[in-house]
Amino acid sequence: MGSVLTLCYLIASVTFIIGLKMLSNPATARKGNLIAAGGMTLAIIGTIFLYEDGGEYLHNYGWIFSGIVIGGIAGTFAARKVQMTAMPEMVSLFNGMGGACAALISIVEFGRLHAGPSLSGSFVEYPPLSALGVSHNNLHLEFGIPTGELLIILLGVIIGSVSFAGSIIAWGKLNGRIKDISFKGQHVINLGLLLLIMALAGYVLAAASRGPEVDSEHVWKSMMELINAPLTPLVRGLFYVVFVLSVGYGVLFVLPIGGADMPVVISLLNSFTGVAAACGGFLYDNKAMLTGGILVGAAGTLLTILMCRAMNRSLLNVLIGSFGGATAGATGVAEAAGGRKEQGSYKEISISDAAMVMSYAHKVMIVPGYGLAVAQAQHACHELEKLLTEKGVEVKYAIHPVAGRMPGHMNVLLAEADVSYDNLLEMEQANEQFPSTDVVVVLGANDVVNPAAKTDPSSPIYGMPILDVETAKACIVNKRSMKPGYAGIENELFFRPRTSMLFGDAKKVLQDLISEIKRI
Amino acid sequence: MENILSWIGIHQQMIYIVILMIFLGIEVIGRVPAVLHTPLMSGANAIHGVVIIGAIIVMGKADPHNYVALGSGFLAVVLGTLNVVGGFVVTDRMLEMFKKRR
Repeated sequence: MGSVLTLCYLIASVTFIIGLKMLSNPATARKGNLIAAGGMTLAIIGTIFLYEDGGEYLHNYGWIFSGIVIGGIAGTFAARKVQMTAMPEMVSLFNGMGGACAALISIVEFGRLHAGPSLSGSFVEYPPLSALGVSHNNLHLEFGIPTGELLIILLGVIIGSVSFAGSIIAWGKLNGRIKDISFKGQHVINLGLLLLIMALAGYVLAAASRGPEVDSEHVWKSMMELINAPLTPLVRGLFYVVFVLSVGYGVLFVLPIGGADMPVVISLLNSFTGVAAACGGFLYDNKAMLTGGILVGAAGTLLTILMCRAMNRSLLNVLIGSFGGATAGATGVAEAAGGRKEQGSYKEISISDAAMVMSYAHKVMIVPGYGLAVAQAQHACHELEKLLTEKGVEVKYAIHPVAGRMPGHMNVLLAEADVSYDNLLEMEQANEQFPSTDVVVVLGANDVVNPAAKTDPSSPIYGMPILDVETAKACIVNKRSMKPGYAGIENELFFRPRTSMLFGDAKKVLQDLISEIKRI
Repeated sequence: MENILSWIGIHQQMIYIVILMIFLGIEVIGRVPAVLHTPLMSGANAIHGVVIIGAIIVMGKADPHNYVALGSGFLAVVLGTLNVVGGFVVTDRMLEMFKKRR
């Protein structure tokens, strides 16, 4: 039976690889997801019925099945109900669940650690007890806490709980329940906390593998105690301290990071959970867990790095949480206190003028942003596109990689409204086409079109590639107000001569535009 | 140190898998278009839900009288299932929208 299970795991591992491969191609993505899900189901069912350890099958079936049923129903319900705009939060939340699961496994396994047979094996090599009286000062006993296993358990609990706590904070931040919080010396505290966690984990590891001091006068008594409780209360306690500190680190690690970095953080935490799952693979010598976990860990890390690169930041910089909170927050406060820089004036455009400009254009480029998602205006946006296309206007969408709250957020949103794939341009393509574009319509996007990223070295987003909407002949910016975007900085674009502002909720503005264009 | 070395010896197969999977993971998504970033992240999120296997093992091995282990194991199974099921369903929902028009 064991070999059937091995086959199940082998198939599952292969489906994970194929699934991930197919997920990175638009034509096969959905099938890839289903294939991976099928492999996962096989691995889960196989584990429940075929897993055996030392000839013993699993028990507690009632608990296992009720857990799966509860989790399954809640998961399906949450995933089906969630609004498209709240998708990133949902992913973050599910990721947190996975992290918590990995941490719990490590905690339970730690509780079950016991001195194995290596105890007697290593003891035999020492001189017989009669000789102990002479050389007891040098007596060192190797006790059977397997160092490798403990190392994996520690890694699992640390990474899992950081991922759990971080994901929950990211979730709270994305849905607005938790505000950016930063204070002086936060990097130092975070770094210090991380070092403390590593030091404590190292101590637990060293203390456990060395075994406690043995009183040679009462060797047998001590040994019996050790067999029953191989870890001293101190070491046991420290393990739980490591757990609590890791949760704390997860919280502090995400708290100061501003919204612009949230996609990166979620992606990073996603790969963390992958590594935590792989730790479980080591613990149970389980190849499916190992393959799945490491695959996600590696792919997630690459995705994170790609995103960092898109924003011209280093991963380390994101890790110690210095962007949103410290710099942008500080400048924001300074600006508010010291009076904003004079930016000149902006001009507004009326709905009817905007409708006119757009319907007589040859080429219109739409730049969607988070504002579009908030207003749920994707359907209205698609309708406008169809209307303009019928009038012979070429309409394209320019998608910035980090527009919205997650990479690809805009793509998912527009896909929901049936916007054709071929009309979505990636940043490089879009930037090539802006000079030949008559009207750019910016819908609820801000930081991704902020020219300060190119011109102002003191800006927190300096160096981030942006959509060069300025090169187009005209630019209409729809926003609810003049308030700065998520990174908390002013946008010079709004004050440029070719730019006109169209204030209002994206959905309402689009609907008005549509009825106005129909009238022309 | 010796302890660690012998552990590496015992687990060398696993360590090889880790190294190969790191390269494979990077290679497999290396050319993903930006449009698929969110679904890919979500799909990967569901795949690391494989940690559920560990939760099932923990649960299944737990001593029926050890309520702490039972409780934690049960919680782990629930959370793991949430991760797996929710992850795959959300990803499917996202991709379903991509499909319609093509």
